[in-house]
This record gives sequence, C-alpha cells and structure tokens, in this order.
Amino acid sequence: MLAALGRVIAVTLKELIQLRRDRLTFGMILGIPVMQLVIFGYAINADPKRLPTALLSRDPGQIERNIVGALERSGYFRIVAEVSGQREAERLVATGEVAFVVTIPDGFTRDLLKGERPRLLIEADATDPAATSNAVAALAQLPRSALLHDLPDLVQAPPFEVLVHRRYNPEGLTAYNIVPGLLGVILTMTMILMTSLAVTRETERGTMENLLAMPVKPAEVMLGKVLPYVAIGYVQVAVVLVAARLLFQVPMLGSLGLLTLALLAFLLANLAVGLTFSTVARNQLQAMQMTFFFFLPSMLLSGFMFPFRGMPDWAQAIGEVLPLTHFLRIVRGILLKGNGLPEIWPEVWPLLAFAGVAWTVAILRYRRTLD
Amino acid sequence: MTAPLAIDVEGLTKRFGPRTVVDGIALKVPAREVWGFLGPNGSGKTTTIRMLCGLLRPDAGRGTCLGLDIVNEAEAIKLQVGYMTQRFSFYEDLTVEENLSFVARLYGLPKRRRTVEETLERVGLAGRRAQLAGSLSGGWKQRLALAACMMHTPKLLLLDEPTAGVDPQARREFWEQIHALARDGVTVLVSTHYMDEAERCDRIAYIAYGKLLATGTVAEVIAGARLSTWVATGPGRDDVARTLAGVPGIGTAVFGPSLHVSSPDAEALRRAIQPVLGNPRLAWREAAPSLEDVFIHLISGAPRP
Repeated sequence: MLAALGRVIAVTLKELIQLRRDRLTFGMILGIPVMQLVIFGYAINADPKRLPTALLSRDPGQIERNIVGALERSGYFRIVAEVSGQREAERLVATGEVAFVVTIPDGFTRDLLKGERPRLLIEADATDPAATSNAVAALAQLPRSALLHDLPDLVQAPPFEVLVHRRYNPEGLTAYNIVPGLLGVILTMTMILMTSLAVTRETERGTMENLLAMPVKPAEVMLGKVLPYVAIGYVQVAVVLVAARLLFQVPMLGSLGLLTLALLAFLLANLAVGLTFSTVARNQLQAMQMTFFFFLPSMLLSGFMFPFRGMPDWAQAIGEVLPLTHFLRIVRGILLKGNGLPEIWPEVWPLLAFAGVAWTVAILRYRRTLD
Repeated sequence: MTAPLAIDVEGLTKRFGPRTVVDGIALKVPAREVWGFLGPNGSGKTTTIRMLCGLLRPDAGRGTCLGLDIVNEAEAIKLQVGYMTQRFSFYEDLTVEENLSFVARLYGLPKRRRTVEETLERVGLAGRRAQLAGSLSGGWKQRLALAACMMHTPKLLLLDEPTAGVDPQARREFWEQIHALARDGVTVLVSTHYMDEAERCDRIAYIAYGKLLATGTVAEVIAGARLSTWVATGPGRDDVARTLAGVPGIGTAVFGPSLHVSSPDAEALRRAIQPVLGNPRLAWREAAPSLEDVFIHLISGAPRP
C-alpha cells in the first residue's frame, strides 16, 4: 500500500517536472482560462445597443427630430448617416455599415396631424437576427415615446405605424446566419491546425534535417505543404454549401465564383497563421494548443457566436484583425445579400493585408538551417 | 601538383549558448579519399558535418566544400553533397519507392522513374519497394538512406554514424559500397565509433571536446602518439587495473582477458608497473599500441571544458 503510494508520487513528480519544462503548455493552461474570463466577462454582450442607423428623411421638421430623439433615447439606435436616396441607403445596409435604415416618408407630419396614421418604415439588416431582435422589439414603444412630450393628445391611439422590414432574412431564421458562418469557422480550424501540424511533424520526427539538407527552398516547401490544404478547404466549402442549400435552404443570391475567389484570400490568411505557429511550436501538441489559442477568440470575437456590435471597442478592434470576422461579413454578404465585389471589397482587403503580413512572418521565421 | 581538396576548412567554430561545441577545427580532405571521423559522443562530429553541408552556420572560421564556400554557397553545395543523418530521417509513412521518388524530384533528376528503379535494384531494395520505410529493420533503413543520398551522384558524401545499430554483415556490405564509391571518385567523410571501421579508412580525424586532436593514416596517428604499451593477460588484470587507474599519465583498458596499459612516457610506465610485474596471476609483454589505446590516451590528455 505504502509502496503503491510511493510509485504514484514518483509518477506525479515526473509529470510536474515535464509540465514545468514545457513552458508553452504551462502558459496555455493559465492563458486559456484567463482569455475565456476576459472574453466572456467583458467582451460578450448578447444585447447590443447603439446600433448604427441611417436616416432617410423626406419630411424634415419637428416630428422628424422627435422620432430621431426617441430612437436614440431607446439606447438601441445611433444615427450615423443621413442619406438622401434609397440607393445610398441600400449600399449602407449591403456593406454592413448600418444595421437599420429609418425612412420618414413624404408628408409624414401632415398625415400624422390629420390622424391618418402614416407609416414609418424601418429596414433592419436581419442577416444576424440575434443582433437586431431586441432593437426591433424596442420599436413598439417608439410612437409613444416620440410624441409624448410635444403631442400628448395623440399618444393614446398610436398616431403612426412602425413598419419593420427584415431585410435578407424576413423570417429571422438563425440558420441563415449560422450555416454560412460555420464555413468560416470550419476552415479556420482545419487550415490552421493542419498546416501547423504538417511542419511541426517534420521537426518532431527529424525529417526536417533531411529536408533542409536537400536543395529545396523554404518558400517551395511551404507552398508545397499548403497546396493540399487549399484543395481540402475547397472540398469542405463544397460540402457545407451543399448542406446549406439542401438541408437549411440558405439563400445563395450572390456569385459563387466571387465567393470562391474571396475564399482563397481567407484560406491563404489562415494557412499562413498555421505555418507561423509551426515555426514556433516544438511539437505537435504545442501546435494544437496554439491553434486553439487562436481559434477561441476567432470564434467568440468575430461575430460568429455573439453580435459583433455588442462588444466594447477594444474587443471590436481585436475582432477587426481576425480573418474570420471579415470572412463572415463576406460570406453572409454574398449569400444572403447578393453582394458583389464593390460591397465586399472593404472586407477583402483586410484579409489580403492579414495574409500578406502572416506570410511574411511565416517565411521569415521558417528555419533555413538547424541553428 | 597536389590533389584538389574536397573539404578545406579552417578555424571552424560553433557555439551553442555558452558552450563551444566545435572549436577551431581545420580539415583538409583530398578528393577521392575515405576519411573516418572519430571521437567520443558529444565531441562535435555531427555539428562539424552539419556545418560542412550548410545545415548550421559557423560562428567563426571559413572554408570550402568541393570548392564552394560553406557559408555563402550552401545551396550549391547541397546539390553536390550527399548527407546521411545520424537518425533515420526519411518518411516512415512513405514506402521505400515513394521516398526515393520524392528525393529524386527534389534534386530534379532526369529520367526519374528509371533512376529510382536502378537505385532500387542496385541496393537490393527492389523487393521491398512497396514496404513502408518505418517498418524496415535498421540495416535496411540504412541502405535506403544511403541509396537516397547517393541518387543524385554527389561528389562528396557526409555520413554521420551510418552504421550505428547495424549488424556486422550489413556493416561489411556497407563498407564495400563505400570503397566502391571511392573508386568511382567520390570523397567520403564518415563518422563512426567502431575501430575496425576506422581502420578501413584512408585517413582518420580524431576530435574530442570540439578540438581536432589527430589526423592521418591509422599508422601515422598511432606513431604520432608515441605511446608505450604493455599488455597483461591473466585473472589478476582487474586488480592491476584498479591499482593503476589513478596514476597520472597512464591509460588502462580491458580487452577480453587482457589489460592494456599505455603512456607516452616509457620510463614512467615501467616504474608504474614495476610493483605488479611479479604478480604470478599475470603474464606481461610489451606490445605495439592499438588505435584504441591511442584514443584513450588522446581523450585523457584532452583539456576538458
């Protein structure tokens, strides 16, 4: 009995020594819970407020000012643009610069005073139903809140109607949002993990020494290593898209050719992250841990699981750096909104920039010798 | 006219942190010779070989391999040098043929299929072409590795302990191959721990604690040490070994039933063994020192870091 205890202690001590030697693992054991605490505690907010809203007013005046004031008082809306035409309003919603367009029609004040219950049109970007549902619910209070002060007599019977138009996803189906998003999540996970393991495996098994001794240049090795994963990535895309179409009836309004091209930028960005990790990790376990360390914030801060606009500025700033954030906007934009290149370009160039930086780091860090 | 040098380096130095692993090594290996590279574990043999083929950047020193600068022309050297790593470093999850094919592609060999085919036939791996490299025995792995680093017909072969863990029969065949290659004009530098292999080399270089201690033919290295050696045979050899172990300047080594006692100072050696010469359980005779006696002497005399 005592001898058994001694042996258990021997194994325990050995494990502790090994754990202490593997600094990265040790760091991850502490780092991941801290990261989760910070993200879940401070960054995530399922009830986003102050959503960017465009105002298309064809009836300027006191009532307009009352409505705007009521919208902003609700806490959910923040007027960021005043547009003069429907076309510009469309563009702002398509690119995702605003989540709402409030249209005050011609003669609104006149009709209101005549008691004809005019309609206030609110278009909501419903690609992510969770992000806008609370704001939409708050609109029920709008007429009362807008007119209580100036025209209290009218408040009893709702003086105007609020017509909410859920764009892109009229039924508010979560699958429309999640399934295209999954595409990005799956690709992030597999691309980074596979490439980081691919190079680390060479180091771990000792084949790297042989590879370095042969006349093959680092860039050639890296390119050769990632090409199979690009192909695998496209196979995954095909599988998810077919499932999205057949099982979830996700609309595909935009060009799949454009999506294929945008995917390449996203794949390259992720592959470079994987390669960079593989130049740091000393074994495959570390490569997996680093992948997880990147994957976790990608999932939580990109707008995949929680509304991007609900996060504080610092978390949004981190999110803007992550490739998944931009890819989600691209894929949702192309599939659900039917966006073309002009609308997605603001999300494509950050991906390309990220990929460029990550590839530079990966190539610079790749060992040319065993030093 | 002197023969061109396949390896010509001087002052070669490599430090890993505070440790100097290779310390100012100069090596001049003429083309077409087979050189044995000897020394205890951790003496810097692998590091030296890695610097020669561009895998490590020397901290000091300069030189050439096949006339190409080892620092600036490492890429060109890789095309003409075959390097066999100490640890098997081909892909265990590829078959024999797939491994060779991969190497042939990296070197851009013309007529790849035929080259691979010929290589398989020549080294006797044709029957195992479809076997995963990881499932080969040590001897076959070594053959595969040698075949792979020979396929691009290098002019210089750097072999890092190629016969470690290989059975005597395979070792003998391996050395026959090395000599056949040398006859064809290939220069070979092979590191080893085996004395019999050292004696198969044209010349040897002996390194300990990062310093080159001796070079030359086996006879030259032995003569250069100027050792006197006595051999004691008999059941009392262990007692004598213990008695002489602490005596400065004297090296002892047990070979089967015999004890070798050596020293560069013949007089001191005679004085040291005087008390035990009369031991009735031992027969003493003076003998020519062996290469191993010389190495034991060289290590014991080398300054330890």
